[in-house]
Amino acid sequence: MINRLFRFFVRHLDPFLMAVVGTLLAVGLMVLYSASGESFSRVGSQLGNFLVAGAVLWAVANIPPQHLMRLAVPVYVAGLALLVAVMLFGEISNGARRWLHIGVTRIQPSEIMKIGVPLMLAWYFDRYEAILRFKDFVVGGIVLAVPVVLIALQPDLGTSILVGAAGFFVLFLAGLSWKVIVAAGIAGGAALPVLWGMMHDYQRQRVMTLLDPSQDPLGAGYHTIQSTIALGSGGIFGKGWLNGTQARLDFLPERTTDFIFAVYAEEFGLFGNLILLILFLLLIGRGLYISANASTLFSRLMAGAVTLTFFTYAFVNIGMVSGILPVVGVPLPLISYGGTSLVTILFGVGILMSIHTHKRLVKT
Amino acid sequence: MQFSLRFPGKLGLGRSRMGFRGGFRPGLRGVEMRDLGRDLQRFQWRLAVCAGGVVFLFVLLLLRFFYLQVVQHEHYLTLAENNRISVLPVIPNRGLILDRNGAVIAHNYSAFTLEVTPKEVPDLNRMVDDLAQVIDIQPKDRKRFRKLLDERHDLDSIPIRTRLTDEEVARFAVNRYRFPGVQINARLFRHYPNGDIASHVLGYIGRLSDRDKAKLKDQGVAANYSGSDYIGKTGLEGFYESDLHGVTGFEQVETDAGGRAVRTLRRILPVSGNNLHLALDLRVQEIAERAFGTRRGALVAIEPATGGVLALVSRPGYDPNLFVEGIDSQNWEVLSNDPTKPLNNRALQGVYPPGSTFKPFMAVAGLELGKRTPDYTISDPGYFTLGGNHRWRDWKKEGHGMVNLHRSIVISCDTYYYGLAVDMGIDNLHSFIGQFGFGKRTGIDIPGESGGLLPSQAWKQKRFNQKWFTGDTVSIGIGQGYNLATPLQLAFATAILANNGVVYRPHLVRQVEDSQTGDRRTIEAEPFNTFPLKQDTIDRVRAAMIDVNKPGGTASVAFSGAPYAVAGKTGTAQVVGIKQGEKYDGSRLQEQHRDHALYIAYAPADLPQVALAILVENGGHGGSDAAPIARAVFDWVLLGKEPKPPKEATPPPAPAAVEEERSD
Repeated sequence: MINRLFRFFVRHLDPFLMAVVGTLLAVGLMVLYSASGESFSRVGSQLGNFLVAGAVLWAVANIPPQHLMRLAVPVYVAGLALLVAVMLFGEISNGARRWLHIGVTRIQPSEIMKIGVPLMLAWYFDRYEAILRFKDFVVGGIVLAVPVVLIALQPDLGTSILVGAAGFFVLFLAGLSWKVIVAAGIAGGAALPVLWGMMHDYQRQRVMTLLDPSQDPLGAGYHTIQSTIALGSGGIFGKGWLNGTQARLDFLPERTTDFIFAVYAEEFGLFGNLILLILFLLLIGRGLYISANASTLFSRLMAGAVTLTFFTYAFVNIGMVSGILPVVGVPLPLISYGGTSLVTILFGVGILMSIHTHKRLVKT
Repeated sequence: MQFSLRFPGKLGLGRSRMGFRGGFRPGLRGVEMRDLGRDLQRFQWRLAVCAGGVVFLFVLLLLRFFYLQVVQHEHYLTLAENNRISVLPVIPNRGLILDRNGAVIAHNYSAFTLEVTPKEVPDLNRMVDDLAQVIDIQPKDRKRFRKLLDERHDLDSIPIRTRLTDEEVARFAVNRYRFPGVQINARLFRHYPNGDIASHVLGYIGRLSDRDKAKLKDQGVAANYSGSDYIGKTGLEGFYESDLHGVTGFEQVETDAGGRAVRTLRRILPVSGNNLHLALDLRVQEIAERAFGTRRGALVAIEPATGGVLALVSRPGYDPNLFVEGIDSQNWEVLSNDPTKPLNNRALQGVYPPGSTFKPFMAVAGLELGKRTPDYTISDPGYFTLGGNHRWRDWKKEGHGMVNLHRSIVISCDTYYYGLAVDMGIDNLHSFIGQFGFGKRTGIDIPGESGGLLPSQAWKQKRFNQKWFTGDTVSIGIGQGYNLATPLQLAFATAILANNGVVYRPHLVRQVEDSQTGDRRTIEAEPFNTFPLKQDTIDRVRAAMIDVNKPGGTASVAFSGAPYAVAGKTGTAQVVGIKQGEKYDGSRLQEQHRDHALYIAYAPADLPQVALAILVENGGHGGSDAAPIARAVFDWVLLGKEPKPPKEATPPPAPAAVEEERSD
C-alpha cells in the first residue's frame, strides 16, 4: 500500500533532475543561512517556499504535456490582460509598476509570462508544425514582443529580458532562419542608440556603471564593486562557510536574493563556483536531453525553452554578480531567496519532468 | 486523439510524412507539407548549438572567476580587508616630569571634551550657535574649531570645548538629543601645576601642526602619532618627546558597512611614555625665581659633581598651560609683543658679555700656561696701553695700586687682565679657555641653546675677513669685546672650576624611568671630559674667589654673615660702549642701556654642592644685584633657610630696593 502510494507519488518525477535540483536547493539553503546572518527564520521561510514550489512541481509533473498545451492560450491571454491591468492599476514599488492586487494577495503578472510566453509559442508552432512558414515566425515574433514590451515599460528590464529570451529560444529551436537572426542582430545593433534614448535614467545608469563601476562607487556602482570584491577575495578555496566578511558585515546589498552568488563565491571560492556551474550544467544538460528526446514538437520546444531559460537566469545572474553584465534584477535559480522565482523555476522543472515521464505513455 | 497519430521524433526519420495533420484542421493552409524528419534533425542541431553556447558562456564565466579569484585575488582580498577592518589608535599616557624629590612638574589629568563629528552635522554653523545656548562657547573656541576643521582632515571628531565642568556635562547630557554628531569624550590633558615656575625648563606641548607631522614623517615615526593631538614643542617636553610620548596602541576593529565597530579583533595596548626624573629641585627653582622679583635675567645652578642642573631660571617666565591646547591669538599677542620677551629663554639663548666673571678663568689660564705666577704684581695706574694713545680704562679710574693675582680677582682689577690677555695671545686664550666650554654649546638637554662666542684669529678672519689686532685681545681679558656667553655657559664653566676640572655635561634630566619596567636610565652618568688642572692653580683661584665674598671683596655685602664659604666672582657687562674719557653713569642711562649684573659662584668652597651663574639684565652691578640672588639659593640649599619674605606681601622686591645697596 505504502509502496503503491510511493510509486504513485514518484511516478512522474525524474530522479536525475530531482537529485540535481535537490542539491542546488540544499546549497542555496546553506548559503542563505550564511547570507542572512544565520537567521533561522529566513531559512524556515525559504523551506516553506520549497514546500509550495515542490507541490507545484509535483502537480505540473503529473499533468501530461497535451493538457499543459491546452492551457497555453488561456494562460497567455490572461497574462497579457493582467499586464495591461498592471499598467493601468498596478501598484508602484521602487519606482516600477510591477504588482497587481487581486483580492487578498498581490501578484506579479510578468512572472506568469516567463512560462506563459514559451508555452504559447510552443503551442503555436506545434499547431502549425507541418506547414510552418516565415509568416508563422512573424506571428510568433508579435506574440513574443507584446508582453516583452509591456514588461519593459513597467519598467522591469530583467524580467523582460528573461521573457524575451524564453520566447526567442522557442523561435530559434522551431527553426527561425539564421538570416533573420543575423538581420535582427544587425538591426538590434543599429537600434541600440534609439533604445538608449528610450531607456529610463536608472537603466542607463546601470549600463554606464557596468562599463565603469568605479564611476559611482557609492551609488549604482556599489553593488558591482562590492560583489566583485566578495568574489575576488574568496580566492581559490574561499573563506569558508559563514566566514564571508563582505556579506556578513553588510557590505553586499541584496545578499540573500539577487546577490546571493557573491556570498557563495566568497565563502567557497573558485572551487565552489566550479561545482555550482557543474550542477547547473547537469540541470541544463538533463533538460536538453529531455528536449531532444521529447515526442512532440510542443514538448521539444517547451523543454528546450524552459531549460535554456534556466541557463539564462543563471548566466545573467552570475554575470551580473561577477561584473560582466549590467545589474538587472534576476535571481539565481534555486539558490536565491524568494518564493515567486522558486515557484516559476520549479514549475519549469515540473514541465520537464512531465514531458519526460509522459513520453512512454505516448509510445504505448 | 491528437497525439495518437504522432510518432516520436526518431520514428519520423526518413521521408515519412506521417506527422501531417493538415487534414484534421480544415480551413487551414493545406497543401504545403514539411519534411518533419528534417525538421527534427534541424531541431536537434539547434539544440546542440544551444548546448555549445551554454558551455561556451559557462567557460566565459569560469574565466572571469579565474581572473577575479586567482589573478586578482590579492587585490580584492586587500579591498575586503580594508572594507571591514579599521585600525583605531589608542593614545598613550604622556610621561610625567618630576623634580629630584619627586614633586610633580608636569602631569596629565582626565577631563571631558565636547567633540563634533563634522560628517554627521549638516549645518555646522547653526549647530555651534545652538550649542552655545547650552554650553559656554567663547569666540576663541569657535576660532580654534574652525582652524582644526580646516587643517586636520584626518580627524574624525574635532573638539569644540575642552575641560567641561560637571555642570556643563550634565546640561549637555539633557540636551544631547538636539545635537546629533556631538559627543562628550574623556580625554587626558597635560597640566603644569606650578604655573610659570620652571616654564623655560619644561617648555610646553601644543597641538600637532602640519609641520610637526612632516617632521615626524621624516623621522619615520608618523605612525606612532596617528591618534595623537599633541606634541612637545620646546623645553624638556620637546627634547624628550620620544621618551615622553610613549607608544601608541591600536585597536583593530571589524566594522560593518555603516562604519560601526562590530567587534574588536586585536588590541595592542599603548605603552605610556617614560617619566622624567629631573636633577632640578623645584624648591631651589622657586626660591631662585622668587629672588628675581620683577627683574629680568637668568640663573643656572649646577651640581658640580654630576652636572645635574638644580635650577634653570629665565625671567620673566610664562604659563605653559596656555599652550597646551594651542595658544589662542590673544594670549599669543600679549606674550610675543611683551617688551620683556618672556618667551626667550635667557639662560641658554641669551648671549651676554661675561664681563668680570671671565677673570677667574683668565687667572687659571695665566697660571696654567705659565704667563703669571701667583706673586707677579703689577702697579695699576687705572688704565692699560699697548704703547700708543689708546687707553683701556680700569673700572676704577684712579687705579688699584699694587695688584697680584689674588687681589686682581678680589677687587676685580681690569688692568691686570688686559695685560694678561695680551701676554697670552688670543689663540692661546681661545684654546685654553675654550676647555671651560666657552664658545661652544654645552649640550644641555633642552633645545635652542646658543653657543656664545669665544673669539680667535681664525674666527675674525672668517667672520669679518679681517686680521686680528693685538688691540682686539685686550678687552677679551675682561670678558668684553667679542666675548659672548650664555648664563648656562658661565654656570658650566663655574661647575668645571668647582669640580677641579672634571667636566660633566649639564643636564636637567637625571633619570628616565621606563613606564613599563620601572627601570631607570641615568643621563650623563659619566664625566664628559677631564681638564687637567694643577691643584695649586685651583687652590689659589678658589682662595681669591672666596675673598670676593668677604669684607673688601666686590660681593661682600651680599654674603655678610654667611656661615659657609662661597667662591664667587662678580661681573658687570657693558650693554653700550662708553666713549673714551666718558664716565658710566647708570642713573643717566635708559634702563635697557644699563649694564647687566653678573655673578658666578660655587659653595661650599671646599666641597662644592652648587655652582651657579646669575645674570640680571640691566641690573647694574654684579655684587649688589646678582649676588643676593645667589645668597638666597645657597642659604636654601646649604642651610635649608628660606629667604626672608619680602616686606610688601605679594609683589616681589622692587629693583629700587636692591639698588640702594649699590656700592661702586
